[in-house]
Amino acid sequence: MSQQTAAGLRYAYYPGCSLEATAREYDLSVRAVCDHLGIELAEIPDWNCCGASSGHSTNRRLASTLAGRNLALAEEMKMDIAVACPACYIRLRSAQNEMKQDKKLRDELTRSADLSYDARYSTRHLLDIICNEIGLENLKNKVVKPLHGLKLAAYYGCYLVRPPDVVAFDDPENPQCLDTLLDTLGAEVRDWSGKVDCCGGSLSLSKRDIASQMVGELTEMARRAGAEAMVTACPLCHANLEMRQRGLNGNKLPVFYFTELIGLALGIKETRSWFKKHLISPSGLLTSLGL
Amino acid sequence: MQYLGKDGVAVIESRFGAQVKEASGTEINRCYQCLTCSLGCPSAFAMDYLPHQIVRMVQLGLREQVLTSSTIWVCADCQACATRCPNEVDLVKMMDVLREISLREGLAKEHAVADFHRIFLGNIERWGRQHELSLILMLKLKTRDLFSDLLPGMKMLLKGKLKLFPVRFSEIKKVRDLFRRTER
Repeated sequence: MSQQTAAGLRYAYYPGCSLEATAREYDLSVRAVCDHLGIELAEIPDWNCCGASSGHSTNRRLASTLAGRNLALAEEMKMDIAVACPACYIRLRSAQNEMKQDKKLRDELTRSADLSYDARYSTRHLLDIICNEIGLENLKNKVVKPLHGLKLAAYYGCYLVRPPDVVAFDDPENPQCLDTLLDTLGAEVRDWSGKVDCCGGSLSLSKRDIASQMVGELTEMARRAGAEAMVTACPLCHANLEMRQRGLNGNKLPVFYFTELIGLALGIKETRSWFKKHLISPSGLLTSLGL
Repeated sequence: MQYLGKDGVAVIESRFGAQVKEASGTEINRCYQCLTCSLGCPSAFAMDYLPHQIVRMVQLGLREQVLTSSTIWVCADCQACATRCPNEVDLVKMMDVLREISLREGLAKEHAVADFHRIFLGNIERWGRQHELSLILMLKLKTRDLFSDLLPGMKMLLKGKLKLFPVRFSEIKKVRDLFRRTER
């Protein structure tokens, strides 16, 4: 139940920890693009970390109640939740299922955080919201600067599409929404087979060599498909793809957040300032195309 | 071999398979070793046992071998195996349970990954939200790996991508209580 108002759509916004720091430009671009598209984001007051992989990898009950507290806070706001980070997205959606089935978990949440939870609202990813609530036809009408000549590999990674019984707004093996969205913005989207392969983001800090090898395989695949940049909807993929690409800076593939490219095509003026935060600068590529 | 008993025979704990099945809620015995999980596993190249081998070892009750494997920590949690398994064996839930037991019993082989998870959760308990700069610095101290990533780290600081201080969080007591209730 997203709230439909005269102005558009309203959601309880869960930014997640990465968007406060390493993925600052993702948060800024999400807020600017949503504002431009008439999606109102009301940040959940005093939200806490969802626990991410570390939560469910080592303490599954805690993972449910940590995410559950955010779900219950959003329920008080009587709105569906909008999430930008796929790792938070899958945790919130999994926790919703777990809390629904397990009364003991709901009781634990009530005793600790003084919140009740009835699982009445849903959690949506912003890619899903923009593709399926705003609609690509609407988006197309707002494009003022088509991204002509920009050759892109749409990279979905893991948690936007897997496991399909928890997430499922697109096909788990050959998803299309991000490809179609970038096509709508006028970019040249390359078909490639790495779109749902894992980049090793969860190992980026603890097992650098493994993450580097996984990133290397992905970027090589994207390059072979003719892409000059990759596009992601995940802050962990973005950080990992930027940090763990080997080689000289000039030879690395820039990585965009999908919202940054929407901003560019829609002519949102802050767009340039988001790109300045990238470790691999996309400016040369964009300038060469007159974008 | 350390997994062999005095008589040279592998130590088998026949209850182990049932224990993992019960805790994970997934029917591990359905596996017929088709290798779909291992063939699609993106971090298989760095594992000591492949995912389908871990499933078989759990079935057989090779408890210690499984809990001290690097596989359960090198698993990147990408969910491809569980999504593709033709028998709906949820290897991700299985791995979660194996990591939980391994950590609880002090058997975790890949210390850096286990430390990462501990520090990650410790920060949430302390501040309510993750503070990435502390996470990185604490992991570096713990693994005595101080100098890698210095350059990108500095670059991120300069670009304002790493907050210097954790956020103020008014309801931290409630989050800490969630930790207390699920401590085991």
